[in-house]
Amino acid sequence: MPETLPQPPEVDRALALDHGLTSDEYDEILDRLGRTPTFTELGIYSVMWSEHCSYKNSTALLQTLPTEGEQLLAEVGEENAGLVDVGDGKAVAFKIESHNHPSAVEPYEGAATGVGGIHRDIFTMGARPICALDSLRFGSLEASRVRYLFDGVVRGIGDYGNSFGVPTVGGEVYFEDAYEGNPLVNAMSVGVVDTDRTASAAAETPGHPVVLVGATTGRDGIHGATFASAEIDEDSEEDRPSVQVGDPFTEKLLLEATLEAIREGVVAGIQDMGAAGITSSAFEMSASGGTGMDLYLDRVPTRETGMTPYEILLSESQERMLVVCEPGDEETLAEIYGKWDLNAQRIGTVTDTGRVRAHWGDDEVAVLDPAHVAGDDVPVYDRDTERPSYLEETRSFEASDVPDLEAADVEDALTTLLGSPNIASKRWVHEQYDTMVRTNTVVAPGPSDAAVMRLKGTEKGLAVKTDGNGRYVYLNPRRGAKIAVAEAARNVTCAGGTPVAVTNCCNFGNPNNPEVYWTFAEAIGGMGDACRALGTPVTGGNVSLYNEHPEGAIYPTPTIGMLGVVDDLHTQPTTAALRSEGDVTFLLTPRGWTHPDRLGGTEYLSTVHDRVAGDAPPLDLEEERAVQAATQALIRDGLVQHAHDVSDGGLAVCLAESVIHSDGLGLEATLPGAGRLDAALFGEAQSRVVLSTRPDDEASLETTLAAHDGVQAHRLGPVTPGGLRLTVGADTVLDASPETLAAPYEGAIPDAVT
Amino acid sequence: MPARFGVVVFPGSNCDHDAYHAAHHVFDQETRFIWHEEESIGDVDVVIVPGGFSYGDYLRSGAVARFSPVMQDVVRFAEEGGLVFGICNGFQVLCEAGLLPGTLMRNESLRFVCKDTPLRVENADTPFTNGLTEDQVVTIPISHGEGRYYADEDVLARIEAHDQVLFRYSTADGEVTDDANPNGSARGIAGLVNEAGNVCGLMPHPERCVESLLGGDDGRLIFESLLAHVSTVAA
Repeated sequence: MPETLPQPPEVDRALALDHGLTSDEYDEILDRLGRTPTFTELGIYSVMWSEHCSYKNSTALLQTLPTEGEQLLAEVGEENAGLVDVGDGKAVAFKIESHNHPSAVEPYEGAATGVGGIHRDIFTMGARPICALDSLRFGSLEASRVRYLFDGVVRGIGDYGNSFGVPTVGGEVYFEDAYEGNPLVNAMSVGVVDTDRTASAAAETPGHPVVLVGATTGRDGIHGATFASAEIDEDSEEDRPSVQVGDPFTEKLLLEATLEAIREGVVAGIQDMGAAGITSSAFEMSASGGTGMDLYLDRVPTRETGMTPYEILLSESQERMLVVCEPGDEETLAEIYGKWDLNAQRIGTVTDTGRVRAHWGDDEVAVLDPAHVAGDDVPVYDRDTERPSYLEETRSFEASDVPDLEAADVEDALTTLLGSPNIASKRWVHEQYDTMVRTNTVVAPGPSDAAVMRLKGTEKGLAVKTDGNGRYVYLNPRRGAKIAVAEAARNVTCAGGTPVAVTNCCNFGNPNNPEVYWTFAEAIGGMGDACRALGTPVTGGNVSLYNEHPEGAIYPTPTIGMLGVVDDLHTQPTTAALRSEGDVTFLLTPRGWTHPDRLGGTEYLSTVHDRVAGDAPPLDLEEERAVQAATQALIRDGLVQHAHDVSDGGLAVCLAESVIHSDGLGLEATLPGAGRLDAALFGEAQSRVVLSTRPDDEASLETTLAAHDGVQAHRLGPVTPGGLRLTVGADTVLDASPETLAAPYEGAIPDAVT
Repeated sequence: MPARFGVVVFPGSNCDHDAYHAAHHVFDQETRFIWHEEESIGDVDVVIVPGGFSYGDYLRSGAVARFSPVMQDVVRFAEEGGLVFGICNGFQVLCEAGLLPGTLMRNESLRFVCKDTPLRVENADTPFTNGLTEDQVVTIPISHGEGRYYADEDVLARIEAHDQVLFRYSTADGEVTDDANPNGSARGIAGLVNEAGNVCGLMPHPERCVESLLGGDDGRLIFESLLAHVSTVAA
């Protein structure tokens, strides 16, 4: 028999506000129910209507993104992650998700459970995760608190992924003051499933048993979703108990048992439990299936005594899933999960009542309409927008506000940039990650613009990358978001892939601030334009708002997870490392220009002149598409020895990185002159790729390019035995040894953290 | 003559599929998984105890695994002269089970480390290394948080006296230096055998580098050594 429960608190408007609901939302609940909600119901509404679960502030914008594509198998929002058909009977499930708020107060567990959560989203669909990527942003490493967060997040990601047994193969790490106090931790998982073995997240058939599988339920993480939908302030440390605790070993068991159960055909529907635990999975599965559920909460296996229905419903204990199955299959489920030492406990039944009813013994503690809690009837807000006033000041910047670089100072400027933590080697990070477990990693982190994974049993591979430059988006939200998509696609292209689809993670500040919301709306607009132009639909993702802290909002930061397909794994994977002395290097750009005279938003302007100003670098999507198509054609024709996109730090850094990654090889390059020297070397104009070809292939390269209108190749010079020699116009401005380049690049982050 | 491989699977093993893939798909050998609750390993020539986190390893790597039903039979098999190959976590399990001397501790850096490491071959006259030559340098990746080999001086002296060290971490030129030692292992020891020579523990992962597609294939030499040994014994 259930234990006697403490009397729940009286529900009134004040308590609703305490739960993070607005007064209007409370009225809406009263109106809809025709009565005062129970304490448990109030808890359910508060988590399910939080931004984290409901997307109430973002749905209207996200609906403008392109979601159609021949290869897409899952409808956006209907399943736990996007699903893309990659041929050969295989589909790829992939998604990126934020764990910013938990990581801000408890970096190790926050990051670890972010990794665990995103992997669960993937294997709930029946897909086995084959790699993870992490997009991370912190304040300046000069602050000890930032070093603590950085160290904790990296350890958390490593320990979880390494033990779970999925390689962490890429991502990005940026350091900007705007993220101090509110780091961004966006985790992406990529999984592979046979197209005829996918699982769905809907509870469609009344009479089906509802089974809770996995770990036991405790009091950890209650109201995590609500916490994640509020600003971080001085009191956030007190929310530490809202952060869940991860157990990668249990997750590994859950993975194996779940894939086995799906393989055995005993899963009719399945959803993982992340934010809002049993509540979200039960209401969302019912809403998706147009059904209801009767749940008996006293049957839930708990790890603590005296848990109330409220706590059981809202617990965010990790490594759990909700499964619905055909009657009779619950024994098989119990056998499979039991083999992996996990629970499979029937806690209810799918019904045709259109209500989720939660029972505790003989009492009904909640009776709610899933469509109202988690479906089409959830409130949706159109927020006010206002162009931020700071843009007046940042846009007023002209390159002439700073003196041009003297030739004699080029080496200093280049080594300063190579030693900037944003550009410097992230070896310190990725050597703490197992990058190769399961032996599919063809190109690991380091000398490549994107990671390349093989698909065992096929000749194909995947090229995967996350990208996003918050500084660009801050300076020009629309163009900055376009660049995030364009650069992610360009990275995948340079690695030998064809970009096919996108997952996004939208990290922004408080949506009630019209200036913040304007940046969000603009960024989504730009993202949509770029995804349409490049033919990469958005398959899903995640929104994280309220990324603010006492010192202000973060840079608006949409991060893009890009999935690309490598058609021939044996010939196409390409890296940024030079291959052979004598190869000839080219700068591929849109026809008509090689670099504009701009410095806005560059790492150079920020690092050398300490200015975050100007406009985001220029980008024209048609030009971008043309350059990527030409690069893909050259790689397919077997003409490319190395390829590297021009991005942070501009052309000089792009060339220096290739030299650093090429043991015993170097470059001589003559850059197009005219205009400012600093802009020629360090300007970050988009749609540019540096690649090399064998001397014998120069003519073939010209032939292939002739078929690509709108693209030109500027011959830079030969691959040499070592070092980097740069000439601009007629002047040699740099002649640096490999060691001169490598020392700041390799040393910056290890030196900063120790 | 082909070799029959058995790959032990603990619930937290995560390199089990990699070992299976190498033995079965790359070397085309008969290979089976052996679930940790099985009491007999069956008819095999080589048992691989793979990498991973056996039972979560929250206590001490491999400390719980040694008590599993399957390990009782692996010990029996080893004592009868069968070939047992522990990789990474498998090395830790074999030390905990008393099949190999010494133990593996937290890396000196207190951080997990995953990277390619050059190894100098110390003894090329064992079932695991007969395809290599002494002082040859091979590159095989490591991936561990607890790979610092430790044994007391008496044990180390005995290991050296019996030529039990198979590999030491080295520079690319084969010099064994502190800088080349990625985890603080005593005397740079990366892998060793028992006195009888039929049980091997190796922290680096040869099963991860048997295909040039993945960037290196020096690990093949170890698998080829095992195959050569099994066919010689059978002949």
